[in-house]
Amino acid sequence: MADPIRWARYRWQRLISTEGREVSSSSNSSSKRYQSSKTASKHRIVIPCLGHFKEEYEKVSKLYMNNKIRTTKYTLLNFIPRNLFEQFHRVANLYFLFLVVLNWVPLVEAFQKEITMLPLVVVLTIIAVKDGLEDYSKYKLDKQINNLLTKVYSRKEKKYIDECWKNVNVGDFIRLSRNEIIPADMVLLYSSDLDGICYIETASLDGETNLKQRQVVRGYSEQVSEIDPEKFSSRIECESPNNDLSRFRGFVEHSNKDRVGLSKENLLLRGCTVRNTEAVVGIVVYAGHETKAMLNNSGPHYKRSKLERKVNSDILWCVLLLILMCLTGAVGHGIWLSRYSEIPFFNIPGPDGKLIPPALAGFNMFWTMIILLQVLIPISLYVSIEIVKLGQIYLIQNDIDFYHEKTDSTIQCRSLNIAEDLGQIQYIFSDKTGTLTENKMVFRRCSIAGQEYCHEENAKRLESYQEMDSEDEDSADAQYASLNHMSKRRGHNCRAVNESLKKKSLDQLSGSYPVAGRENSASDVPHAGHVAFSSRIETDVVPDTQLLEKFSQISSHSYQQSEDAVSKLSLETTYIIDFFLALAICNTVVVSVPNQPRQKMRHSSLGRMPIKSLEEIRQMFQRLSVRRLSSSPLPSIKESSSESPNSFVSKLSIFKMKLASPALDGAAQRAAEPHNPDSPENPQLSEELDMVNVAAGSEHHSAGSSVKGSSPLSKLCYEAESPDEAALVHAARAYKCVLQSRTPDQVTVDFTGLGSLTFQLLHILPFDSVRKRMSVVVRHPVSNKVVVYTKGADSVMMDLLGTASEVGTKNSEMEQKKIKERTQKHLDDYARRGLRTLCIAKKVMSDEEYTEWLNHHFLAETSIDNREELLLESAIRLETKLTLLGATGIEDRLQDGVPDTIQALRKAGIKIWMLTGDKRETAVNIAYACKLLEPDDKIFTLKSQSRDVCALVMNKILEGIQKNTSAKKTKSQKLGNVSASPSTQAPAFSAGLVIDGKTLEHVLHDSLQNIFLDLTEKCRAVVCCQATPLQKSVLVRLVRNKLKAMTLAIGDGANDVSMIQVADTGVGILGQEGMQAVMASDFAISQFRHLRKLLLVHGHWCYTRLTNMVLYFFYKNVAYVNLLFWYQFFCGFSGTSMTDYWILILFNLLFTSVPPIVYGVLDKDVSAEILMQIPQLYVMSQKSVAYLPSTFWITLLDAFYQSLVCFFVPYFTYCGSDIDIFSFGNPINTAALFIILLHLLIECKSVTWIHAVVIVGSILFYFVFTLAFGATCKTHNPPSNPYWIMERHMTDPVFYLVCLLTTCVALLPRYLLKVLQGTLFPSPVMRAKHLDKLIPEEQREAIKRWKDDCVVNCRMEFQVTSGSSSSATGAVSEEESIASVLPTSKTPLQFCSRGGLVEEVSLSDIQDESGNTNSLSSERTVFLNLSKETNSDSYGSSNCCAKVSQRTSEEGKSAISLAGLNTEQV
Amino acid sequence: MKNKKSFAPQEAEARPSRCPDNSAFKQQRLPAWKPQLTIATVLSTFFLTGAFCLSVGICLILSANSVREIQINYSDKCSDCSKLRENSYNWNIECLCSVDFKLKEDMLGDVFMYYGLQNFYQNHRRYVISRSDAQLLGRDVNVQRSYCAPFTTYNNGTPMAPCGAIANSMFNDTIDLFYNFNSSVIQVPLLKTGNSWWTDKNVKFRNPQSHNLSSAFAGTARPPYWQKPVYLLDEEDERNNGYINDDFIIWMRVSAFATFRNLYRRISRKRHFADGLPAGNYTFHISYNFPVTKFKGKKYVILSTMVWSGGSNPFLGIAYVVCGAAATLTGFIITAIHLKLRKKKTYFQK
Repeated sequence: MADPIRWARYRWQRLISTEGREVSSSSNSSSKRYQSSKTASKHRIVIPCLGHFKEEYEKVSKLYMNNKIRTTKYTLLNFIPRNLFEQFHRVANLYFLFLVVLNWVPLVEAFQKEITMLPLVVVLTIIAVKDGLEDYSKYKLDKQINNLLTKVYSRKEKKYIDECWKNVNVGDFIRLSRNEIIPADMVLLYSSDLDGICYIETASLDGETNLKQRQVVRGYSEQVSEIDPEKFSSRIECESPNNDLSRFRGFVEHSNKDRVGLSKENLLLRGCTVRNTEAVVGIVVYAGHETKAMLNNSGPHYKRSKLERKVNSDILWCVLLLILMCLTGAVGHGIWLSRYSEIPFFNIPGPDGKLIPPALAGFNMFWTMIILLQVLIPISLYVSIEIVKLGQIYLIQNDIDFYHEKTDSTIQCRSLNIAEDLGQIQYIFSDKTGTLTENKMVFRRCSIAGQEYCHEENAKRLESYQEMDSEDEDSADAQYASLNHMSKRRGHNCRAVNESLKKKSLDQLSGSYPVAGRENSASDVPHAGHVAFSSRIETDVVPDTQLLEKFSQISSHSYQQSEDAVSKLSLETTYIIDFFLALAICNTVVVSVPNQPRQKMRHSSLGRMPIKSLEEIRQMFQRLSVRRLSSSPLPSIKESSSESPNSFVSKLSIFKMKLASPALDGAAQRAAEPHNPDSPENPQLSEELDMVNVAAGSEHHSAGSSVKGSSPLSKLCYEAESPDEAALVHAARAYKCVLQSRTPDQVTVDFTGLGSLTFQLLHILPFDSVRKRMSVVVRHPVSNKVVVYTKGADSVMMDLLGTASEVGTKNSEMEQKKIKERTQKHLDDYARRGLRTLCIAKKVMSDEEYTEWLNHHFLAETSIDNREELLLESAIRLETKLTLLGATGIEDRLQDGVPDTIQALRKAGIKIWMLTGDKRETAVNIAYACKLLEPDDKIFTLKSQSRDVCALVMNKILEGIQKNTSAKKTKSQKLGNVSASPSTQAPAFSAGLVIDGKTLEHVLHDSLQNIFLDLTEKCRAVVCCQATPLQKSVLVRLVRNKLKAMTLAIGDGANDVSMIQVADTGVGILGQEGMQAVMASDFAISQFRHLRKLLLVHGHWCYTRLTNMVLYFFYKNVAYVNLLFWYQFFCGFSGTSMTDYWILILFNLLFTSVPPIVYGVLDKDVSAEILMQIPQLYVMSQKSVAYLPSTFWITLLDAFYQSLVCFFVPYFTYCGSDIDIFSFGNPINTAALFIILLHLLIECKSVTWIHAVVIVGSILFYFVFTLAFGATCKTHNPPSNPYWIMERHMTDPVFYLVCLLTTCVALLPRYLLKVLQGTLFPSPVMRAKHLDKLIPEEQREAIKRWKDDCVVNCRMEFQVTSGSSSSATGAVSEEESIASVLPTSKTPLQFCSRGGLVEEVSLSDIQDESGNTNSLSSERTVFLNLSKETNSDSYGSSNCCAKVSQRTSEEGKSAISLAGLNTEQV
Repeated sequence: MKNKKSFAPQEAEARPSRCPDNSAFKQQRLPAWKPQLTIATVLSTFFLTGAFCLSVGICLILSANSVREIQINYSDKCSDCSKLRENSYNWNIECLCSVDFKLKEDMLGDVFMYYGLQNFYQNHRRYVISRSDAQLLGRDVNVQRSYCAPFTTYNNGTPMAPCGAIANSMFNDTIDLFYNFNSSVIQVPLLKTGNSWWTDKNVKFRNPQSHNLSSAFAGTARPPYWQKPVYLLDEEDERNNGYINDDFIIWMRVSAFATFRNLYRRISRKRHFADGLPAGNYTFHISYNFPVTKFKGKKYVILSTMVWSGGSNPFLGIAYVVCGAAATLTGFIITAIHLKLRKKKTYFQK
């Protein structure tokens, strides 16, 4: 009965495409390609291991993985070989392996064979132990997970039995109860929920705390009893395992060949938790490593830092140096040998008695020298760097300043090896929402039917919140007073404020306001933490009085009139009703009761509860009708049958208000609430009012009975996918349009005026970034028509508005147009205030239209391949000819300290780009608010339709900027020469660039990339609006690759993931939008402002520390190895070392290894406070001042000098005496130790007791070791034998004198250099260091002075950078060039060059803004607008016209002027 | 940053928070000594260093100047013997040579007699390792496995005692000193023991255990270049024979440089020589065995006194003086710069 051909094909495909699966699991980005290219090829068939499938199951089960997971890399057996294999992938390790092997060749051996292995073995062991420990912890975790128990259906026992997770197979039936974790990806077949819904919490998967709904496969949901696996006779076909969490495609084929489509709604994902549902049964489709959760688990990622790349290149220099030195040795040995015609005593013939010819001996000597001088290539450097980085990361993670109290989170360093890159960031790419802003959406304004409601009371409430946020806890009293004062003015405002204050004071003073608000706040506080998007700021909305009045009319209308009243209401009122209905319905919000978190609000469960009121009868009817509806495969056919109960319901609902009041009173009494429940007519609404809902009466029974006497305050909790949705639902609730419950089939809304309405939910067309809107299709309970509510971005929505065909009359058409215009105006206004705008629209469909659309949609839903495309098409077909209802403006408040942070980062020489999906005005205003753009900046807006025009505009802007800067430059040069105090000098010319998504597409084209980058380099801030995630990542990649700049991307949402991954450093914000950005990031912080310390302090520290340590390592190795090299000149280049081999090897490994590590972890050149206050210091690390190529060579030179001193002082002292080799080596070695350690001390900027202990410890250890070794090594160490040498030297004054002199002579020059550098050319860091010593007042003074001085620095830097790029246009005078870009006259100036037509695009609405005091008070924009139409005149460049508007801050007026950019014409 | 203090009380009542410890180490606030380059520290560093180096240097120079030393190149003076030794076939022909010299001043105190070799690369790597410390400790070891190759065994399998190139090339001239006092010739008494390190003589070098020395070395043969076996190195003194012979021990301590000296004898301060060597005419009687022309080398015999700072090498003293002078000079220059810059006020913001 199964299709054998398909089966065979499938098997074959599986066999040939196993590697294809690996590709798909490797990365997110590739999965998209994979998705499109390999459609329809690989499906998986899942059949239960029961009944008549048994044989087939045997075949299939071998192909699929079982649920056992192993994330470890190694097993006990393969640990050593595999770990070694992995470690030898490193070039450095290979090099040392090569040396070890080389040393086993007798002809070239330099050391004892075993000794050369020592460093390698030590390094390998350290790394292996580290890897092993890591792996072992993974193993323990795996074991724990594998042995978790779950209930699996057993064929033998015919019931569900406990099984370990690891024994679960594909095709098994699994039964889960509430709060159990899902062991494998499975298709949901049964849910105890009557609607066939199962709620899951995906926090462990994506960190989102809200519940997600999953639905039983269609056709199984109507089963009353639990599904019997024995009777399951269908097969499931679905796609092969992939890592796309948001997609699942497949179908269930019943035995009668009927197919039912499967989507992600039917899939329960491994790792999630079942919530709110008593029991579910599912069949496993993916298990173990093939589950989506595991495929998404990519583990930590490794990036290589810029510094590391530089280190590698410098190591190549060291290799070159090594080769040079070895060549010298080889040639020298050859020459030395050829001087002797006969065999001297000291040249030993080979074992065969013959002497090796000089040339060959020289060749051999080359290799011997490589072994001898191997330390030049610092093997310990790699280990040290890793340890230092670990230490640095540890310190970053423990920084208390990164701790965020509210979320109890601190910084997470997910990538261990790029900490020092933080010190070199040149570009920051920032997301807006959730990154710069709090992502706490607060409803601010709305416009309904062209009428604006500005919600001033609400604004005031928000201000008070803001105050409280900013104030410290010690000023709580004062605040209380001021708030009290405020509350006198606004009665209903006072409640919210007071209560929040109580809550706050409770939090902060822990009980100094003990009883006053405890009852209220105590019940609120506990659940505040674990429900997403429900801070008080977001949930409390104070309604607009004007709008409330209109509302009260509605209620009275409906109160007085009978059921047909709705149709007779004025147009405006219907708009208002529809508007709020849309707000409440058009979303995917899950409703729950806070007292039982994660407990679904269920209105009635028949049989369990006695029917108490008419309301419940109504609901019962409703349920019955819905049940019948949902059970039918095509709901539209049975439409007529559902009609009567619905209308019945709507009639009932009118009576509801009368019935509700007594029930409410009872509820309220039971609740013992301190305040009386408000009646609907009362406009003085408090925020508690919303839980005075009709359903509450019945709800309290169930709540009271099931949850023993918990707080009766049954407030509804909304769990939304996005904060916008939550904000809108809360806003609707404030107007008593309360979303009561939501099931897949129906939505219940409690509407003040109209009572409880239950909408039959036909479809939800979810939000996607292509459509930029979402829709719900419902059947209106009153009118019984199919209504589509759509909300979305105004850019797309405005085009979808219909020309009022359904209303027909000309009058309403005019009305519509008027509304549209006015709403657009309001929208622009909102956007300028930095609000997020949404358009709300609706559409009423006739049943025929709906049926027709439904047929198409059904086809789309059931197809496996191309499903997304088809669904999209279907959605677009539905969302046309909409009627505009209104618009909302939601405020997303800036996070604390964002403007300061941005200013500081900017001062640190970092360019900040804002990449956002929001519209231009919103983005620009947020940019102003967070000081990304400043009032004095010239803003260029790039907006053009075609690529050519775009290029043209950019050229023009560039020209303009260049002229401007060159003029400024000459001016500043003049000034700089004349005046000694240039503090009055304005910093560099600053411009901002605003660019939108469409234009971005052109700009990112290959041909325009360069000019675009030129342009952006001149601008201090770039704002990209309406950018898609892909564009974001392309931009980052562009800057990173073309400008070779260090980039940092910061974001909080899934749309920032690609950008975060592309950037050199990715920073995720632990925000409201889940963990995806954090998962992809290298560092995760909780607040944007933490970036300031992360970069300015830790970045600076990490970078300087690591650089200094690396340089020190190079120095150390070169200085030490050269000692051996110099000795070769005195021993016939024979490869003798004057130091014992053990001490030679251990010198690097033990005696001098710890101090540089401590130095690398703990050194502190400038204190954190100073670094925070003087961001300019960041430029030092940003420009790699500490590690210029010259620094490297100076370090090497110094190393050469010191080694020369260290060798030749002892040499001349002992020259001609009877000293033996090792006695000669001992003072050299000891002096080298002192030199190297004291050198570190000179380099140290701060010496703590740890430094002291380590350095002194190293010296002591050296002496103890050499003394002990000298006393015991009579024969242990055959060829070399330092027996008793140290002991003898310790009693010899000459030894001390030699060591002392050597150390002095070697270190004095470096000390002198430091002194001179600090005296004559003090670097800013050195100057800052001095500030640390000052007392606070002086320090403040000095910092002030510093800032003045810095202007000089900035200017100089600016000249350097601009000098290279700006074309010298010396002839242009300053006035002229400024005029060319910015007409200075205030009178409107209309100009168009050579007759090119300018399309008038009104900017007049800016003027409306003049009354508003925030953000826009002073703005000067140069707004370039180009339209295609102007091209018709074919004047090439001349028809490029620009509109230039300038606003002067004093007058608050704007002058709109048009000017060609062609300078000669102005 | 500002609300750091407010954490403590809250933490107590809250669940274990993720808030990091506010400890000095973790917050990187450890009290630190920040070496500041202020004018006081800088100048004091330079002047103190300068003063110290100068004084030490002067002391060293003075003491080095008190050393009396005389060095005689006898490979040139005994050119006949040198020529004879060029040909290794003449190895068993004895060649005696005497060198006269005049001591203009008394050499007071302990006088040490060295032999010096020039251009003899005892520090050649393969030469340095060619020894067996275990064998020299008197242990019965298989020299084949040591680094002695190719001086391990003869073709017939007899192991060499001692093995290795160092031992094989041992300096074997004998030098005697005669004092021509009032036309009579007095042999200067020389001490041949006590010249090596105590630890070498008593710990590092041991003869094999046996009732007498020759039986201890039974089954071994002398190294090819030697004229007599190891147990005949000093037939007069049992405790200076075999491996613990002072001359041998000293030779085995390989020199650091190609030109070096090794202590040969000490003047025994008896009778005429109780205060050292008086001024007058002396003669070295040398039995010339060690060939040096092969490697273009030279041989010296050196008489020298010693002070606490070693021999007559004046380098260390001069180096100290130069270093001290340089440091002092730098100190003055820095003072000058400081005075000049202080007027401009850009220097060291105090």
